[in-house]
Amino acid sequence: MSTEQEQRTIRCLVAKVGLDGHDRGAHVIARAFRDAGFEVIYSGLHKAPEEIVQAAVQEDVDVLGISILSGAHNTLVPKILDGLREYDAFEDTLVIVGGIIPEDDRETLREAGVAEIFGPGASMEETVEFVRENAPER
Amino acid sequence: MSEGERETAELELIEELLDGKHRALARVISKIEDRSPGYRDLVSALHAHTGDADVIGITGSPGAGKSTLVDKMAAEYRERGYTVGVIAIDPSSPFTGGAVLGDRIRMASNVGDMDVFFRSMSARGTLGGLSTATTDAVKAFDAFGKDKIIIETVGAGQNEVDIVSTADTVAVLVPPSSGDDVQMLKAGILEIADVLVVNKADMDGADRTVMELREMVRMRNDSPSFAGHHGAEAGYDGDGGATGEDGEADTWEPPVLETVAKTGEGLEGFLDTLAEHRDWLERAGRLEGKVRNRYAEEIRTLLREDTSRLVTREIEARGGLDAYVDAVMDRETDPYTVADEVLEPLRECVEERGRQSEEES
Repeated sequence: MSTEQEQRTIRCLVAKVGLDGHDRGAHVIARAFRDAGFEVIYSGLHKAPEEIVQAAVQEDVDVLGISILSGAHNTLVPKILDGLREYDAFEDTLVIVGGIIPEDDRETLREAGVAEIFGPGASMEETVEFVRENAPER
Repeated sequence: MSEGERETAELELIEELLDGKHRALARVISKIEDRSPGYRDLVSALHAHTGDADVIGITGSPGAGKSTLVDKMAAEYRERGYTVGVIAIDPSSPFTGGAVLGDRIRMASNVGDMDVFFRSMSARGTLGGLSTATTDAVKAFDAFGKDKIIIETVGAGQNEVDIVSTADTVAVLVPPSSGDDVQMLKAGILEIADVLVVNKADMDGADRTVMELREMVRMRNDSPSFAGHHGAEAGYDGDGGATGEDGEADTWEPPVLETVAKTGEGLEGFLDTLAEHRDWLERAGRLEGKVRNRYAEEIRTLLREDTSRLVTREIEARGGLDAYVDAVMDRETDPYTVADEVLEPLRECVEERGRQSEEES
């Protein structure tokens, strides 16, 4: 109905997972998302995969951005993806990964369900644009 | 999506929510926040399943320790066998609409416990709309079957007061030794407090703050305008208020408690006090009066919003507000006349219906 003006806002969870205390990148991207008009929930440091899943499900985010610089992405990211599937949340959540991911691992992560991987060279505009274009229709 | 498809999807969503599916609850709250098409039908369908939850509002100045206390409260309620829903409201930027919702970071005690459902909401710059969204989100939690629903919000301004008014019991948090904060309380937030909590009570100045607050509560109760009534709850009694008939002076004086949210000190006493307040409300129909008032206010708000939308449409159909403003600027007409003119069809319609029902009776 046209009389109900919709106020759709893109919601994102910026998540730090595992034993990795480098959160500069996560902070920068959280601010960039906020300035782009998104609602950003920041997980805080050292979160377990099940915490990230809990937050993503409860907050009903459109986008889950996982920041990971510890090298443990091959174990942690699939755990999160499995958790999302368990709660029927995988299908309409855009999962992106930022951080240091070796070229060899990228394909594996994509196959597991990660939509895009942003390495050190990626620009903020690029990332924001990607989210805008690929945020799931609901 | 066609109208029919949407309705089927809505029914499914409601069913899943009532079945206890977390994803469905999360999605319903999103729809409420987005005011997406059909959200009203969703909330309508939920209403029949509500009325069992205990709603607690937590407010206080930034840095008072609200999020930490809420985290500990949730854990303690879980310990006592209750399920918990939390709505944490953060401000959003008036410029971009964006927001960083940070309350979740403090929710460390409930990791992996899905029976604590924590939801961050941003004040999306909607005038008054936020309290509607909060009320609706509370209904979603209630229908889902949450025993305790905690609304956490920064206590500043009318909007926030409106939000916590949707709670049965309101706790106001005050950090110690902050003369300024006590000043802020004077400016209207004390009236909504059922329980006052001096958090971070291990810090210097806590004793003084407790004393000051007690003094203020006493002054409030002694003020002549309240004499003979039931304190701040006087307005809530409505028709169900049979207070005082049992002989005892059954008034609620907001207790001033001390807590250290970080360590959990004073937490049990705090939750017990919240429960006592709830019991007090339930005695003599006070809670019923309060809930009645709340529904009345909800209906009024919806009517205001809906009629204002109707009127906006009417104005647009007549060529927009600007033309009227031009005419008023040129002294051709005045705002009262404009309002009369725009409302004419509505008034006619109401009068016509009044006549019809008179003839029928």
